Formats: sequence, C-alpha cells, structure tokens
Amino acid sequence: MKVKVISRSTEDFTRERSQDLHKVFRNYDPNLRTQEKAIEYTRALNAAKLEKIFARPFIGAMDGHIDAVSCMAKNPNHLKGIFSGSMDGDIRLWDIATRRTTCQFSGHEGPVRGLTVSTDGNVLVSCGNDCSVKLWKVPSSFEFSDTVEDAEPLANYVWKYAFRAVDHQWASNIFATGGAQVDIWDHNRSNPVNSYEWGTATIVSLRFNAGEPDVLATSASDRSITIYDLRMSSPARKVIMKTKTNALSWNPMEPMNFTAANEDCNCYTYDARKLDEAKCVHQDHVSAVMDIDYSPTGREFVTGSYDRTVRIFRYNGGHSREIYHTKRMQRVFCVKYSCDGTYVISGSDDTNLRLWKANASEQLGVLLPREVKKQEYLDAVKNRYKHLPEVKRIVRHRHLPKPIYKAAALRRTMVEAERKKEERRRAHSAPGSTSSQPFRKRRIIQEIE
Amino acid sequence: MAKLEASEKSTDPDLIKLVDEQEVKDPETVKPQQVEQDGSDLLDVKVQKYLRGEGANLEVLRDKKLKSQLVFREKLYGQSAKAAVKHEQWLMPSEEGFLEPEGFEKTWRITQQSLLNEVDVNSSRKAFDMILPELGPYTMKYTSNGRYLVLGGRKGHLGLIDMLSFDLVKEFQVRETVRDVEFLHTEEFFSVAQKKNLYIYNRHGTEVHCLKEHGTPLRLQFLDKHFLLASLNTFGQLHYQDVTTGEIVANYRTGLGRTDVMRVNPYNSIIGVGHSCGKLTMWKPTSVKPLITMFCNPGPVTAIAFHNNGHLMATAGMDRNIKLWDIRKFEVLHTNFGHASTLDFSQKGLLAVGNRTHVHVWRDYSGNQKYGRYMTHEMVKGYQVNKVAFRPYEDVLGIGHSMGISSILIPGSGEPNFDSWVANPYETKKQRREKEVHSLLDKLPPETIMLEPKEIGTVKQPKQKEKKSKQEMEEEMEAAVGMAKGIKLKKKTKGRNKPSKRAKKKEKEVLKAKRPFVEQLLKEEQPFKKQRTMAEAEAELPVALQRFARKTAA
Repeated sequence: MKVKVISRSTEDFTRERSQDLHKVFRNYDPNLRTQEKAIEYTRALNAAKLEKIFARPFIGAMDGHIDAVSCMAKNPNHLKGIFSGSMDGDIRLWDIATRRTTCQFSGHEGPVRGLTVSTDGNVLVSCGNDCSVKLWKVPSSFEFSDTVEDAEPLANYVWKYAFRAVDHQWASNIFATGGAQVDIWDHNRSNPVNSYEWGTATIVSLRFNAGEPDVLATSASDRSITIYDLRMSSPARKVIMKTKTNALSWNPMEPMNFTAANEDCNCYTYDARKLDEAKCVHQDHVSAVMDIDYSPTGREFVTGSYDRTVRIFRYNGGHSREIYHTKRMQRVFCVKYSCDGTYVISGSDDTNLRLWKANASEQLGVLLPREVKKQEYLDAVKNRYKHLPEVKRIVRHRHLPKPIYKAAALRRTMVEAERKKEERRRAHSAPGSTSSQPFRKRRIIQEIE
Repeated sequence: MAKLEASEKSTDPDLIKLVDEQEVKDPETVKPQQVEQDGSDLLDVKVQKYLRGEGANLEVLRDKKLKSQLVFREKLYGQSAKAAVKHEQWLMPSEEGFLEPEGFEKTWRITQQSLLNEVDVNSSRKAFDMILPELGPYTMKYTSNGRYLVLGGRKGHLGLIDMLSFDLVKEFQVRETVRDVEFLHTEEFFSVAQKKNLYIYNRHGTEVHCLKEHGTPLRLQFLDKHFLLASLNTFGQLHYQDVTTGEIVANYRTGLGRTDVMRVNPYNSIIGVGHSCGKLTMWKPTSVKPLITMFCNPGPVTAIAFHNNGHLMATAGMDRNIKLWDIRKFEVLHTNFGHASTLDFSQKGLLAVGNRTHVHVWRDYSGNQKYGRYMTHEMVKGYQVNKVAFRPYEDVLGIGHSMGISSILIPGSGEPNFDSWVANPYETKKQRREKEVHSLLDKLPPETIMLEPKEIGTVKQPKQKEKKSKQEMEEEMEAAVGMAKGIKLKKKTKGRNKPSKRAKKKEKEVLKAKRPFVEQLLKEEQPFKKQRTMAEAEAELPVALQRFARKTAA
C-alpha cells in the first residue's frame, strides 16, 4: 500500500526569528469561503458608513482680505501658492500649507477682476475696473516669514475700458484681457498687439485652451459664448444661449471640450466643434453658477455658486457628486482646483478663501501601500454593491442647508410642472405639430459662424 | 485497486482516446501537443471552479457603454480565475493525502496499526487513544482552523487541548451533566450545554456567562460569520443568540418534540434539525416557520451532516438507512443500509459514520456522489462511539466515545493547504486578535442567512402577470352576473316596489357587475380596432379626397 497523510512541520509554516515577517499562505478555493457575497455586501455597507463618518472636507479658511474675493489664480509652478484678488483692489499670495499671506500686491484702485500667472510662474498679471493691467513679479522663495512682503508692479498698462477677465496663453509671453472687447497683449508692449470684437457686449470671462494654445473662449453679457483663434483675424464661432454664462473652463484632458457655468443654475459641457448642442448638462445648483474650474485630471470639475455652495461634478455626470457648504460661507465668486487635484479652494463674499478636500473622506498625508490597497478594495466593493438600496441611500445622502433644500425642492416642482405642461400640450395637439427638444438643446438660441 | 483504476479512467476518457489516435499517427511529433492539450483541458476544468458560475449573457444588451464595462469585468474575472489556477498548480506548499492499495489489498481492510507503520513520525503522533474511563461518554469539537479541541464528558469533565503541541490548555470539572460543547469564534471562548443552563467559559476555565434564556439546551451550534449561538432545548425550542451583543435574535418552537439532532450547513448557515417523527426541518433566524420540512426517514432521525459545498446532506435514521440528499433539489441520491449515531463530512468530502463500536469512512470514488467504503475502524473493548468529527486541515478523524477520545488517521480527508486569512492553524496571539477584530467588522446580519447565499446583490425578477384568456374572463363575468342576479332586493314602500321597478333595478345590478369585464375586454381589443378604422377610413374615401385623410404622426 502507498500512503501519504498531510504532515506539516511547524518550522515551514512559521517565521524563524521574531524580526521576520509572518509567512502567509493563500488558498483561493471558493469552498473555504462560504457566503462570500454576504460578506462583501456587509463590507460595502460598512465602507459606505465609514466614508460618511470620515467625510470632513473643510480644512480651513484663509482670512485676510477686507472685501469680497473676486478672482483667484493658481501658480503653475508652486503647488502651495495661490493668488487672490478682492473687490477693494488688494491682491494676495497665499501659502496654502500654513494658510497665511506671504506677499501682498497693492496698486489697483478699484476691484480686481482678473488674475492670471504666466506658465513659468514668474509673472502675475492682474486687471481691474480701474482700466489698468498690471504685471507683477512673483517672489520666488516660499520661505515662511511673519512679515508680509509688499510688491511693486513690473509694468502698469492703462487702457480704454474696465477689464473683466484676463488669462495667460500657455508657454508664451502673450495674455488676453476681456472687457468691452478682447485684447491680446504681450508682456513687453504697453498696447495690445491684437483686438477682437463681435457685437457690443461686455466680455465677462475668458479662458485660453491649454492643449491648443491659440484657441480662446470667452463668454459675454449678451448671453453668448465665443471661440477665437489667435491665428485668424476674426472670431471663429459663437453660440447664444438663453441666459448668460458667468465662467468657462476647458477640459485639460480633452482639449476640444469646455464647460460653461451658466446663470440658469446649470453647467453645460460643449464640444467646441459642435456648438449647437451641449454634450452634457450638469444640474444641481439652485442659483447662478459663478465660477468653474477643471481638475488637472480632467475627470472632475468644481463649481461655485451664488447659492453659497461649492459642488464637484464628474465631467460626464448630470448631477454633482459632492456639495460643500458652511454656515459662514457667503456667495461664492471664484473656485479653483489645486494643481495636484486633491484640494479645492473657494473664494466668497465673506472675504475668506476656503480650503476643501476634493474627496471628502480621503485620508491626508502619506499612506502605507497596504492602506492604499485596503482603500482600493473598499472602493471596489462599494462600487460593486452601489445599486443595493441600503448602500445607495448612505452613499447618496448629503446634508443640505435648509434654504438650499427648499429651493431645490421648489426647482424640482417647477421643472416637473413645466414637463407635465409640455406633455399635455403635446398630447392635445395634432400629431407632428409640436416638436420637443432635448434639454441639451433647449437652452441654446442659435449658433453663429 | 480495480475500482480506483476504473474511476481514474472514467474521469478522462477523452484523454485516452486522444493518446490512441495520436500514437497511430506519429508519436514523437505529436507528443508535446498532447501534453499541452491535456494541460489546457485540466486548466479549463479548474478555472470553472474559480469562476463561481457562468458569466452573464452580454449579447442581449443594447447599451454599448454598459456592455463594454461588463465585458471588461468578465475579462477580469477570467484572468483572476486563471491566476488562481496557476497559484494552485505551482504555489501550494502541501499536497493532498492518499491511500492506494496494492495487489489484493482493500483500503477498508487496512488497519490503523499498519498505517502507522508507514507514515512519518510527525503524523503518527496524531493518532492516539486518550482513555478517560470515569466521566464519559465524551463529545468533542475542533476549532475552524483545527488547532484546538474542546472535549466534554457527560458527567462534567471539560478540557481544552492544543492539538499542535498536545498541550492541555485547561481541564476542569463542572460536576453536572454536560450535553454538548461548542467553540465560539475563537478558541478563547467555548460554550457548554449543561444540566440546566447554557454556559460560556473562556480558555482559562472561567465561567464568563450563564445564559438562562435558552432553557435546558441539548445541542449547540455556532454560526461563526454571524456570531450567533444556536441551541436546541428540551422543549424543542430553537434559540439564536447574538454573542457580540447578547441579544436573543430569535426563539422558535420547532413543534416536533424533543430532539438533539442539529447541524448547521456551512454553505449557507441554515440550521437543519432532525426530529423523532422522521422529519427534517431547516431554519433561519428570520422566519418563524421552517424554510424546509422534509420527510427523511420513517422513524426518528439520528444524525445529519452537511457537505461543505452545500450540495450534499447525509441523514441517518432508526430505520437503518443512511441517505444522501441533493439539497438543491431535495432528492435522495443514494440510500445505504446501516445505522449511524453520528455523521460528519470532511473538508474533502469524506463521510464518517459512527455507530456503536464501529467507525466507517465512506468516499465518493466516482465524483457522482456514489459513496463507497473507504476505511473502517473498530473501537477496542467495545467502547461506544458518541461523536465523530474530522479535524480541519489534517487527515485526522476525532472520535469521542464512552471511554475518552481517540484520533485516527484518514488519508485524504483534510484540505492540505490552509489560507492564512481564512483559518490559520499556526496563528499567533497577535494574528488571532487582529482576525477577531476583522471578523467582527465583517459580522453578517441574521438576514443574510438564506437558502441560496449567492442571491445577495442580484436582481429579483419581476413576476410576470398572468393574462387571463377570453374564455376565463367570460366565465368570471358569468359568475359575477349570477351573483348580481341572486341579490335579494329589499322590500320598498308602496310605488317603489312595482315589479317593473324591481326588474329595472336588477338589470342595473347586472350591468354594474358586467361593466369591469366588458371594459377590460374592450381595452384589450381597442388598439387593433383603432388602427383598422384609420386604414378603413382612408380606403373608404374617394381617390381625390384621400390626401385629406388624417395623417398619422411622423
């Protein structure tokens, strides 16, 4: 007879010295793990609950301005530096890590309306209602000191109209300003090198495309969004919507797409080549959306609204994934996603800049590889069971301030009523006499080329 | 021997055929290909094990985005299954035990003594007889990792033994009847069904709890994933108690009298209780009525056991039948003749049958649940077997009997490779504590106990509403009309009680009864009717006027 029985020597299965790691043996046989689905479900549920418990997105407020924050610019070269301009003409450079002002740029005599930094991070461009464009040298050292530096402008160009927006072209000396018209400036020239005009409306926001540096998009007070190409002598194309667009932002990963923050509480993602229809409508705000900024990953963007909340949307999501609010935060005028995609900064009417985590429950600091793995596992399990009612309920729930909750409910009723009315109208009119438009087209009046 | 060979051949007839064909052609050139083919076939069979069922049919999906996502997901599942197979092939540290007879030997004639002469010293230590003549008969229980053993003598003897080092961790006497012992989630605690109450002791023998709510318990089972301690008491009541919170989760009357046959199904944590009327009931803590009541044996059920994979159950009755059931279909697969006072399935699917002084071990040779004799063991001096239990992750069968406990070697019974994260026999104190915390975090709510645990997270199919046929509808209508006609009208005052009025009223009642049916019938016919009328209207018009016919919506 031949016989073998399981025989393990303890030495083979335990560690030799106490400094060694414990030996781990795996056997993936499903029979050893019964009820694995139930266990996974429980883990998903617990992960969802833990995520809710750890969701503390607010990191801190940066206090210092004495009037509302009107605009911000992030420094492409310094992760922890952010510029903010306020309605009293004050410009500050903040150190996000210590949440203190490191430098102050004073010179504007009215509200600062636009800020931008050159790609090398050396020159700050500001513009304002006092009809001036000022160039500043950005201090290179980021050493912490108690004293606040005071900077003098490198150049001060005075022009004919009050400026509303400014943006810098990628990797060049050229920047564009918007006001009564669009002007293209060079750092070293006191007059614009080029000007564009299409209609008489005031430009309210302006953004260069980072991927295609000659392409520029503006929105104007005549409810239009216009695309310019600096290589051409005239603007390229324009779309007029039913309400004004307050700000826009290009998707850094998909250079043809941009998202417009609109006065009608929604954001609209457009393909710049096809402006007769929005690609996606992002709804959830209950008041005008004031500013928008894409995450450097291009998968998410942040919006700030007049309803005193900051929301984070997925680039293709119809509804927001996150809402941030505090009791003290007033109307939000400007928002920025940090250059590493982990923080969100908002500037509001209450003179403060606020720093938020982009993922509310994310753990800050360096994580061990096994912590990262665990988190990935929990996310995967949560994703797998996200359709189950209990998990869904916990993951979706957000606490809202009462006014916003009520306003959202009211908006829902209104939209529903409108939809019902439209439905009835269609039901009672002759077939073929009415046409219904998808929501993606409904807010667009016309596209002009 | 002959049987074994036959079974080996029967498992892969394709392979034999393949070899024959290829040898005819050209053995040398074909050889590597054959090996490869063989390998891939085996691989496919093994991958099936890890795939956990068929993938969804994605061809019917119309949503392209969802389809691509699911295709990607399925691909990942396939990859991970293949990786698991490769892991199984190359990285497993130990191999399964076996017993192969030579010549005219029969496996069931091989005695423990002859086995012990063949195996290594380390293994031969695992077979022993512990004679405890005074406080028996003994019952026993292994922890899920097979490291510790708790033994309970009927007359109050309790002991906890570390089976790796053969250390007696603790031994004490409670001086009253001990009916059953059961480990809780770790070896730190064990529960004991004593004369009046259920007690929980820790490893030092300290009484931690006395649970009076259970009545006088006869049998105990612990659901380790749910942290539920189930007990069956003298009144036939089934109690579930959550040992983390102390809450009694459920208390049900089985209603079928006193019994001490209870076993938990490891596949879905459903408890099976065998009754003296020959019935077997299956329970979960969230339903008052048993999920399943099945008539197993005429006469009392004496023992039950569940296979790990959840497909197989064995029951034994006083009618001298041991039946194997497919509990997916609730059908008898095989009936074998014999008494059994205790049954147990091993991790690899061997079935141990204990009766009086014999222990038989059966084995599924062919892979179709046809169990045949594998090994037998006779207790010396007429010791009566009380309980048999396979030791997890070892080729060992523990026997509790009237004069102590014994342990015998059963090659091929245990799973050779343990998973450190599931049950680790070499677990340190720190690891045990860590695992305790994690298992508490993953504690399942009692609602997750169900007959098919894989159904969690799946979609419940909406029930198709059965449409009544026209004939049925008409029959129903006639019945309703008959009812309406049968209504006795009240006697009214003069003038209102005229026969004509009464007739009118009756007619009205009949119409009222008819109405819903007529409406339903009309509704079903309407869409066709409308279309027809449109087409008809168009056809009726003269050619010159046809262009004024109402256009349908574009």
